[in-house]
Amino acid sequence: MAGRSMTFREAINEAIRLEMRRDPTVIIMGEDVAGGARLPHVEGRGEEAWGGVLGVTKGLAKEFGRTRVLDTPISESAFIGAAVAAAATGLRPIAELMFVDFFGVCMDQIFNQGAKLRYMFGGKAKVPMVIRTMVGAGFRAAGQHSGCHYSVFTHMPGLKTVVPSTPYDAKGLLISAIRDDDPVIFFEHKVLYDMEGEVPEGEYAIPLGQADIKREGRDVTVVAIGRMVHFALEAAERLAAGDGVSVEVVDPRTLSPLDEETIISSVKKTHRLVVVDEDNPRCSMATDIVALVTTRAIEYLDGPPQMVTAPHTVVPFSPVLEDYYIPSPEKIIQAVNTALGRV
Amino acid sequence: MAEISRDTLLWIYERMRLIRCFEDKVAELFAQGLLPGFVHLYAGEEAIAVGVCAHLTDRDYITSTHRGHGHCIAKGVDINAMMAELFGKATGACKGKGGSMHIADVSKGMLGANGIVGGGGPLACGSGLTAKVTGSDSVTACFFGDGAAEQGTMHEAMNLAAIWKLPVIFVCENNLYAESTPWFYHCAARDIADRGVAYNMPGILVDGTDVFAVYEAAGEAIARARRGEGPTLIEARAFRYYGHFQGDPLTYRTPEEEEEYRRRDPLDQFRRRVLERNLLTADELDAIDARAREAVEAAVRFAQASPYPAPEECLTDVYVKYP
Repeated sequence: MAGRSMTFREAINEAIRLEMRRDPTVIIMGEDVAGGARLPHVEGRGEEAWGGVLGVTKGLAKEFGRTRVLDTPISESAFIGAAVAAAATGLRPIAELMFVDFFGVCMDQIFNQGAKLRYMFGGKAKVPMVIRTMVGAGFRAAGQHSGCHYSVFTHMPGLKTVVPSTPYDAKGLLISAIRDDDPVIFFEHKVLYDMEGEVPEGEYAIPLGQADIKREGRDVTVVAIGRMVHFALEAAERLAAGDGVSVEVVDPRTLSPLDEETIISSVKKTHRLVVVDEDNPRCSMATDIVALVTTRAIEYLDGPPQMVTAPHTVVPFSPVLEDYYIPSPEKIIQAVNTALGRV
Repeated sequence: MAEISRDTLLWIYERMRLIRCFEDKVAELFAQGLLPGFVHLYAGEEAIAVGVCAHLTDRDYITSTHRGHGHCIAKGVDINAMMAELFGKATGACKGKGGSMHIADVSKGMLGANGIVGGGGPLACGSGLTAKVTGSDSVTACFFGDGAAEQGTMHEAMNLAAIWKLPVIFVCENNLYAESTPWFYHCAARDIADRGVAYNMPGILVDGTDVFAVYEAAGEAIARARRGEGPTLIEARAFRYYGHFQGDPLTYRTPEEEEEYRRRDPLDQFRRRVLERNLLTADELDAIDARAREAVEAAVRFAQASPYPAPEECLTDVYVKYP
């Protein structure tokens, strides 16, 4: 079955579906995840309903019923907290926080309850939950629906953070996240939902903490996260075609745990580092990865590391402004040239 | 009252006395500077935790508050492990990693004291949801204070529990003060129990110093939850003898108020009533008092003799697995 193609959205749906078939303790809840499917007032008007605001969970209520696919009120504290204790008492809940920006209304349940519970209990409990959440700019959705913010969660002990960049990775990483015994925040870039890619049938799990080299190269290491992987690949292609520069693109895939070794060994090979991150730049993955490389492998660097990130601003609305905000392949090319000392 | 078995009456008194002895001893140890951090004591509110937990087994869950020692003892958490936890010892219920505000024992259905006011409401929905999804008859009792009654999380949780008909009971321990702020000031409702109406659940006000009243109200609410009829809100009004935290100067309340509640002390009330009706004997009660004192002394000896955790233990138990 080589070559089966599906979208990022379908890959996520398939991962949830397979895990829900395999394990009856897996449930999913969130605002509109069933989207009213199978409620009496829409009886006979089709089974699909919304299935999530962007249709990611479509069809799950039909297959698994409303005991396991739960529309919630717009009460993020209540249902994220419910997921924490449901996990501590025997379920494997997937809670959907519609947009990551909404962490503002439920951070206590994520940070003070979910992330800390195991530690505060002296390791005598586990919290096998997943919070799926949409991230990223590009939808003209402005300041409260467009952030990345995964660095905020990566900062917090007790949480694991996963940022897939391809349909293949999304499926394999989500399966791992659901099976993982710790709380995992799974960040889905909304601009990627329609991206197509090869996705094998059936179950496969990509271990958390294992980076993927998306393109091998000799001259410079570009570490890119989420949607930025694709911009890095485009930049690499153009640099190879134009100037014969050989760029290695490393996709960490999970930020906590972070596969430090793959990043370090790539830099030891190329001696140059560029980090590309759509998140805001202060206290970010970009600064974290630069710190990692400079503290562990500075003697291998032939020049200062470069960072291509969003600016230290809120995500703006106007297309002109938002396009300026998002890192671009052009900016990556420029940063690679700077890293190579060519400008 | 008549229908409570002798065994249950003995258990109720034994747990209430154990809580009182434990808290009085903790106050003493704290004053001597023997306990790190700070503690919030439950003395005066014993009838609430015990009246509710008398209906629960290890398969049932509770969520708790920063004032959690009483809930732990009522739910059967080992007091040696509790005391060791307060001392920060390796033998503590949480290996010294949680302390007073995070004492937990999931094996006993005790989902943790909680340092966040109102933090337990959503968690109670979670253990309730597990019961519902797995089809078990487990019930969760969510203890929260009058201060937490004004947290959005409690409103979200009560609404969620009601729409999903979760087997949860919400037990508001109204001890009249949210830290130093009196409840007549912080609460817009006439009674916190009135808020049940807003979530389409029964809202019951009981005297939280009267264990028989709490036992009866909780019994009905828990039976209702087990029948799948959804949550109930109980407001139990009582008084904490110690401050919000131990060492609190208590400048915000009146001696008259305290005297009034001391007259209605939950243990004295119980004692008087069971003796008046010849349900238990003074000798039986005195023996329980003596055993409770000795058990608490033994817990202190256990805690003091226990080792501290190795410093590197700081690094473990963050994750189940982290490569």
